Amino acid sequence: MANEPKLLSEAMREEIRALFPRYPSKRAVTLPALHMVQERFRCVPYRAMAEIAEVLEITPAEVHDTMSFYGFFPQAPIGDVRVWVCRSLSCMLRGGDELLEHACHRLGIEPGQTTPDGKLTVEFAECLGICDHAPAALADDGRVYGPLDEATVNAMLDELKAGRKDEVVTSS
Amino acid sequence: MATFEPVLTRNWGLPDSHTLRVYESRGGYQAARKALASDPDSIVATVKESELRGRGGAGFPTGLKWTFLPKDRKETFMCINGDESEPATFNNRIIMEKDPHMFLEGILISCFATKASVAYIYLRFEYINAYRILERAIAEARAAGHLGKNIYGSGFDLEIYLHRGAGAYICGEETGLIESLEGKRGWPRIKPPFPAIEGAFRKPTVVNNVETLLCVPHIIERGASWFKSIGVPKSYGPKLYTVSGHVNKQVCVELPLGVTTRQLIDEHAGGVWKGRKAKGAVPGGISMGLLSADELDVPLDFESLRGPGCLGLGTAAVTVMDDQTSIVDYLYNTARFFAHESCGQCTPCREGTGWMYKMIKRIRSGGGRIEDLDILKNMADNLGIIPGTTICGLADGAAWPFKNAIAKYRGELEDYIRTHQSPGARVTALQENIAHGISAGDGTSLPRADLPPTVIPASAVALRNPRPEPA
Ligand SMILES: Cc1cc2nc3c(=O)[nH]c(=O)nc-3n(C[C@H](O)[C@H](O)[C@H](O)COP(=O)(O)O)c2cc1C
Ligand code: SF4
Ligand code: FES
Repeated sequence: MANEPKLLSEAMREEIRALFPRYPSKRAVTLPALHMVQERFRCVPYRAMAEIAEVLEITPAEVHDTMSFYGFFPQAPIGDVRVWVCRSLSCMLRGGDELLEHACHRLGIEPGQTTPDGKLTVEFAECLGICDHAPAALADDGRVYGPLDEATVNAMLDELKAGRKDEVVTSS
Repeated sequence: MATFEPVLTRNWGLPDSHTLRVYESRGGYQAARKALASDPDSIVATVKESELRGRGGAGFPTGLKWTFLPKDRKETFMCINGDESEPATFNNRIIMEKDPHMFLEGILISCFATKASVAYIYLRFEYINAYRILERAIAEARAAGHLGKNIYGSGFDLEIYLHRGAGAYICGEETGLIESLEGKRGWPRIKPPFPAIEGAFRKPTVVNNVETLLCVPHIIERGASWFKSIGVPKSYGPKLYTVSGHVNKQVCVELPLGVTTRQLIDEHAGGVWKGRKAKGAVPGGISMGLLSADELDVPLDFESLRGPGCLGLGTAAVTVMDDQTSIVDYLYNTARFFAHESCGQCTPCREGTGWMYKMIKRIRSGGGRIEDLDILKNMADNLGIIPGTTICGLADGAAWPFKNAIAKYRGELEDYIRTHQSPGARVTALQENIAHGISAGDGTSLPRADLPPTVIPASAVALRNPRPEPA
């Protein structure tokens, strides 16, 4: 491992270290560091975990323990955009489960999978806190969709496949 | 009741309500200036006097919680619970998106009162817009001197940091939140010690909900007696109710504590959708259980919901179900949620939530037995911190929908089981035997009248357990 090229650039390491003064312990920077890696690589491979551990001066097992607890950090890259379709009560009552199925069917994938062109990952989620839009979906660039029906799901998928839109939205 | 003047939402309708400019033009940060010119103990006393109760679910008196901090502490942490993941709840999100500065002012006053100079806002990852808006608002507040060193010349310092979660409901439980903040898996801690004594980084810590702290500037500005003039006994002040599900308009509204579900549906949510009637409603997030159609006039406050057997007010998030909803679907949905979100630390919760989900799934797909309802009720009665079998309240939340539904809709559930039978989904004789244990070999110990007992030959048992007997 010593001679392998590093996954985390010096700039990323600096970005992680810059958060140290915020917390009494370096370990507290685990989640922020995992998010940074996820955002940069669209996944958190094992090597990145080991390198985070190096920066935080903890063991890779400790980073892995935390990382694996949250069903949030995939170990292989996901699509450019990740979209969560809610399946919790208020959405389910208005057809959420069926819309997830419809979205996946249209893309020819299963929930949790990525389209072959690498553009879009569709996952189910529990309540996204946007129940005023139920049945709702949320993209990981912040775009909120809903109330959805089959036609608006189709339109949403097309829009999301066109790429990310990371911009501040002031209200939804 | 006197006309009610909304305060928590008073800026929501304004253009650019999320900016410091607009907030200050509406008298923003005046309460903080007033508070920081007085002393921490008097702020704690005022909040205690107002009888403000936590809006995060448990309804614990906020001022009282603050007095549990050790007098001789050197360091205090404030954690603001913005994990908001209880299904059907979205008021914290709108607060943070529409009026982040009112929220920050609440944090500032509360930190001054509790002598915390570092506050972490634990924000669920999915609140991406709220994250961006808060990041900007914190920078604005810092530049204007509402945060940082020696605020308003009072000698008080405060830094507020955003800490993002990673999609786990259990990190909303206050000690799960603390563990997650520390960089660990979000496993709730055994209490005591409570966070006020030993919380984040083993230091005295206050954990409060977003909406709880949003009330604080108004209490300081207008006084405890103003706050107590709103609401009903033991449940004072304004509350953000959310309504979703089978209604014409899914909304978040500010009302005095103690409105009824029917008022929310008829006066604020445009009625039940499609001209139908309500079959029932979830009163405060799915953990709180279920109100039947005849219980929709029960006031949604901290005390009254125990009457109809609900767990409490929870997050005051109402989900309405129309008369065509199947209670089996409702239970299937809640069980699926809790089985997915149990952190797995306590055996009764980890196994119980998974088992309840499997049972309701079997019932739903046509393999139900009437006695399953008794088994489910029995499990629900033995799951959680109330019966004393788990570390945190997630398990109680998993149990309550079953308790309430079996008590209130038993007839419908039995009918469903009788009329939805599909042979492929049924429990097999072998499964029965495994579940109930294999005994004598003559089948007499298996009290299943309707199913022929399967006697597993001794040779088969031996095969599955190939370890030689000790000589
Ligand atoms: C499983 C579980 C999940 C919880 N989720 C949240 C949450 O998302 N937000 C919240 O404020 N409180 C949540 N709570 C309640 C917190 O443990 C705690 O009581 C609350 O944050 C205290 O703040 P308050 O007194 O201001 O309400 C949860 C509790 C449990 C048992
Ligand atoms: S009750 Fe459930 S969620 Fe809570 S600590 Fe135990 S296993 Fe985890
Ligand atoms: S129930 Fe779907 S967003 Fe809340």
